[in-house]
Amino acid sequence: MWRDAWTVAAKDLRIELRSRVGVNQVVPFAVLVLLLFAFALGPDRKALASAAAGLFWLAVLFSAVLAVQRSFAIESADGARDGLRLSGLDPAGIFLGKAAAVVVQLAALEVVVGAGVVVLYGAHMSGVGLVLGASALGTVGIAAAGMAYGAIASGLRVSETLLPLLLLPVVVPVLLAGTKTWDAALTGHLANGMPWLRLLALFAIVYSALGLLAFGPLLEAS
Amino acid sequence: MTEESRTRSGSGAVTALGVAAAMAVAFTVWLGLWVTPPDAFQHNLVRLLYIHPPIAWVTYLALGVTALASALYLWPRTRSAFWDRLAGASAEIGVVFGALTLITGSIWGRPTWGVWWTWDARLTSTALLELLYIGYLALRQVPGSMPGRGKRSAIAALIAFADVPVDHFSVLWWRTLHQAPSVLNADLNPTIHGSMAWTLMLGFIAFTLVYGWLLAMRYRIAAAKDATEDVALAAAVAERRLEGGTAGIVGAKA
Repeated sequence: MWRDAWTVAAKDLRIELRSRVGVNQVVPFAVLVLLLFAFALGPDRKALASAAAGLFWLAVLFSAVLAVQRSFAIESADGARDGLRLSGLDPAGIFLGKAAAVVVQLAALEVVVGAGVVVLYGAHMSGVGLVLGASALGTVGIAAAGMAYGAIASGLRVSETLLPLLLLPVVVPVLLAGTKTWDAALTGHLANGMPWLRLLALFAIVYSALGLLAFGPLLEAS
Repeated sequence: MTEESRTRSGSGAVTALGVAAAMAVAFTVWLGLWVTPPDAFQHNLVRLLYIHPPIAWVTYLALGVTALASALYLWPRTRSAFWDRLAGASAEIGVVFGALTLITGSIWGRPTWGVWWTWDARLTSTALLELLYIGYLALRQVPGSMPGRGKRSAIAALIAFADVPVDHFSVLWWRTLHQAPSVLNADLNPTIHGSMAWTLMLGFIAFTLVYGWLLAMRYRIAAAKDATEDVALAAAVAERRLEGGTAGIVGAKA
């Protein structure tokens, strides 16, 4: 399973390195979202700094929808899906590999968005460890839930419009907990972040387990 | 697919259920609007509370039935189109009653709290639940061939169901970690008048009967629709056969 996961993750990341869809389209989109938030909320740096945590996670969530869509789009061309199904790779391994590739891409995106939040909104990072922990756990949760729903929606003609509707209500706990942990880190009240960090971990575990169980049948179903 | 394409599911039992539901609702309306006295604190607003909790109960019941039916569909031994249709029918009723829950709650909240909406934990998680299942229904609407579509829907229903407690508790924490307990507990004052308690009880029974009747009717429509599709497919296949005499498309039933 782990070897298969490694193979699939390496494949997805190689495709990204060669096509650069994430770098050329998804990352600029995330930065654009940060600018749009500033236009919507006004140029008041204080207001932006106090909302920075939530805006960071919203930008990440919107970008994650695109990343998941891209991750399944590369399987839809030229019957790649059938190839994947017939390859004899463990479905759980495929799930882990694709999720890992999305995690890596989102992590790179979060570095850019995080820097954007600091520079544009004047957010002050006082608890770097908490920020990194929350981001890592939240990203794993988003990627796992995204893979499960991506597999449900992929192959359907309406998948572009359906995926956000299915995925976003489910990842609300990540948005809430991620925002709270980041808030705690930005304001320096690190202890407030701990229960939320645990919630992020729980979410990541639950959705990784669900994805591992469901991915095989979903791959067969479509 | 339609091993049980019953044409007469508007059978005696369902009709009896419908009549019982209608009578129970009528009786609830009569008790709620005329017999019970106005509340000491909430005056006539209390009458909304005879239907709001029963409607909310039906929402959760319906979505629970959807999860159960989806699990039974996924279980290989009990897999049949029956569970798939039941899950879809129940989810549809659940979403309608969920919307009614939010609407009746909002109507009650406006005079009581002075606002149509408040970011209370229970309100927020009910709204999220509603959107979660609207997504599920949207997924069900997507056309597709049957075994795949059923499996996909059932898995989506179970993942959504797994999310209900996570959503609920995270929203609960979100609202209560920095705020006094929810205002919703003011609902039921401890000294509840005898006829009021009976009316509320009857409300629960009435709306559960309504749910059962709607479920039977909605199931019947779903089964009829599947049967129509099968008939249309068989007719199309027969037509092609007559046209070309080619036997190459026999496998088209899938």
